[in-house]
Amino acid sequence: MAHDHNVNPNAPLEYQSEAGRLNITGFWTFLGAEIALFSTLFASYFALQSRVGDGPTSIEMFEAGLVMIMTMLLLTSSFTCGLAIHEMRANNVKGVIAWMIITLILGAGFIGYELYEFVHYVHEGVTLGTSAHWSMFFILLGTHGLHVSIGIGWIILLLIQLARRGLTPKTASKVFISSLYWHFLDVVWIFIFTCVYLMGMVN
Amino acid sequence: MSQQTKKGHFPWKHIIGFLISIALTLVAFATALWTDWSSTTIFIIILIFAVIQAALQLVMFMHMTEGEDGGLISGNTLFGFFIAIVIIVGTYWLMTSGHMHMGMSM
Repeated sequence: MAHDHNVNPNAPLEYQSEAGRLNITGFWTFLGAEIALFSTLFASYFALQSRVGDGPTSIEMFEAGLVMIMTMLLLTSSFTCGLAIHEMRANNVKGVIAWMIITLILGAGFIGYELYEFVHYVHEGVTLGTSAHWSMFFILLGTHGLHVSIGIGWIILLLIQLARRGLTPKTASKVFISSLYWHFLDVVWIFIFTCVYLMGMVN
Repeated sequence: MSQQTKKGHFPWKHIIGFLISIALTLVAFATALWTDWSSTTIFIIILIFAVIQAALQLVMFMHMTEGEDGGLISGNTLFGFFIAIVIIVGTYWLMTSGHMHMGMSM
């Protein structure tokens, strides 16, 4: 191995090679940029929240049950993703793959409900062009949903690689980075749930 | 792999983090929908719950503070959240406090 002199056998696998460790730190820098990206969308949403024009308000459209299902699906997927990393640190590749597949199924369920919600709104006549409020709703939620969809595709490819190559410092750091991405999307959802949905349903 | 001897394989940390997250979600939901407090009061309370839950995810699930670069990563992320607060509060203040009117009525 080219990086043998950098390997630290006492660290968890994903931190053992210098490249893996630097990739993880670099990915956190990317997440810092993602925080800035989502903050601009939240800022626009807050600024335009009251501009409903002739369209309906949030409280007329949101359904508490649907919101709770979506929140619980994503929260549970974040938990199972954490369990996958826990298995990785016990060097159990089958456990990693199993928990990651459960994570992906929960994530796909979340996307399914989100698509159902969007289609339902469009059928009710609420679209991207209804009002400034709903433009920002669809852009903020759509950007988050797109991130989750990209995450599902990315993790599927990673799992194929993991099944072929097994757990090495290289694959372990990749799996760890994908878990950071997935947890981060749940962090963004916590704020969407709180600021968009719950505040949208407060009278 | 010869990692340091694992003390207990059961993922207590994750389960505790998950249960607290569920509790915070349900309490925020109940506060928003089943109280008749003012919307400002509700917003402040559920925002505090959201920040606690986000911190829980970052520290317990994302292991933000661990590893050689933990300090650097934590500082970077906190700075990211600082930028986010400046952008959100600044934009909201600018767009709702009447500055726009002066420009547009010229």
